[in-house]
Amino acid sequence: MTRQELLPSLEKSVGEKIQNKTEFRSETTYTILAANLREIAKFCREELSFDYLIDITSIDNFGEEPRFEIVYELYSTPLGVHLRLKLHISEDVGAVDTVSDIWPTANWHEREIYDMMGIKFNSHPDLRRILMWDGYPFFPLRKEFPLEGLPSEMPDVAFTKVTPMEGGPFVTMPSTANAKDREPRARPPEL
Amino acid sequence: MPESHSTAYDSKIEGNVIFTRFDAALNWVRKNSLWPMPMGLACCAIELMATAASRFDIARFGAEVMRFSPRQCDVMIVAGTVTYKMALAVKRIYEQMPEPKWVIAMGACASTGGMYRSYAVLQGIDQLLPVDVYISGCPPRPEALLAGLMKLQEKISGEHSFRNQKPELTERLEDALS
Repeated sequence: MTRQELLPSLEKSVGEKIQNKTEFRSETTYTILAANLREIAKFCREELSFDYLIDITSIDNFGEEPRFEIVYELYSTPLGVHLRLKLHISEDVGAVDTVSDIWPTANWHEREIYDMMGIKFNSHPDLRRILMWDGYPFFPLRKEFPLEGLPSEMPDVAFTKVTPMEGGPFVTMPSTANAKDREPRARPPEL
Repeated sequence: MPESHSTAYDSKIEGNVIFTRFDAALNWVRKNSLWPMPMGLACCAIELMATAASRFDIARFGAEVMRFSPRQCDVMIVAGTVTYKMALAVKRIYEQMPEPKWVIAMGACASTGGMYRSYAVLQGIDQLLPVDVYISGCPPRPEALLAGLMKLQEKISGEHSFRNQKPELTERLEDALS
């Protein structure tokens, strides 16, 4: 199979399961349903030589429905083709099937998403937090979580406090001023 | 004619005896042999390594013996960002160090949280440990760490070591003298 045939053959085989296709600067993105994820992922890996899962990202579209979006970045090392898969999940479902048996690297990516956003992965072999400690009560990258954090306490394990944000946020201003005036400082946001 | 006798206590050490205060001697010993606990948590640790290497040579100040066991250390150099996940581990290592012990907060992160105004970062190790010397910089240059070490040596030479180490004995001596 050549690189030109790769994506057409995907569309031919599982085309009816693709909700939406976008092309932007020759990057192809397919939007799929969470229910079809494993089938399409398996097909990509086994039939289409997408042997490399570069990254899994989660997006919190707070205030929209469905709230969460998960993005899979695939790459085919023999053919040099990128592919992006997107799917949406609502907060009520809050879970998606794991692909860690298809690409083993997904194991830690999915743990990170669980840690930071609280999205669960069905039949993940080891779904623990990866950066924060077990028992930390919040999901810090959700939009409703404040930047300064929330207090928590786990005796003998860890604790967190609210960070003082006086004068924040710390921002860099694009300008032609010299480095001393440009550097990030506590500035009122209206400046 | 009476015979004259040597009045030296011991003629072999005559002229080699120095009188000083006990505290001064003890402090002099302590401050010139500060064994650091390298608590390297981020990029400040690279500067700490540079300070220990030949160009800056922390051995000139008697602090070259980096010990990776807290039980053999005198001064903990907290070099880097202390996350909440690491915070209690740092405290635990500090508590394993034998007295007398000192703490240097090296760099902006260890002193105040630095640029990490974040849910994950402890906003200064002084919330958990008694810090003796703060060093500014992000990261501080090796000279700054050496200056901080010299500051700590200055501080140690002014300490009431004997009183701090043997408070009951000092009290009894003072009672007996008064």
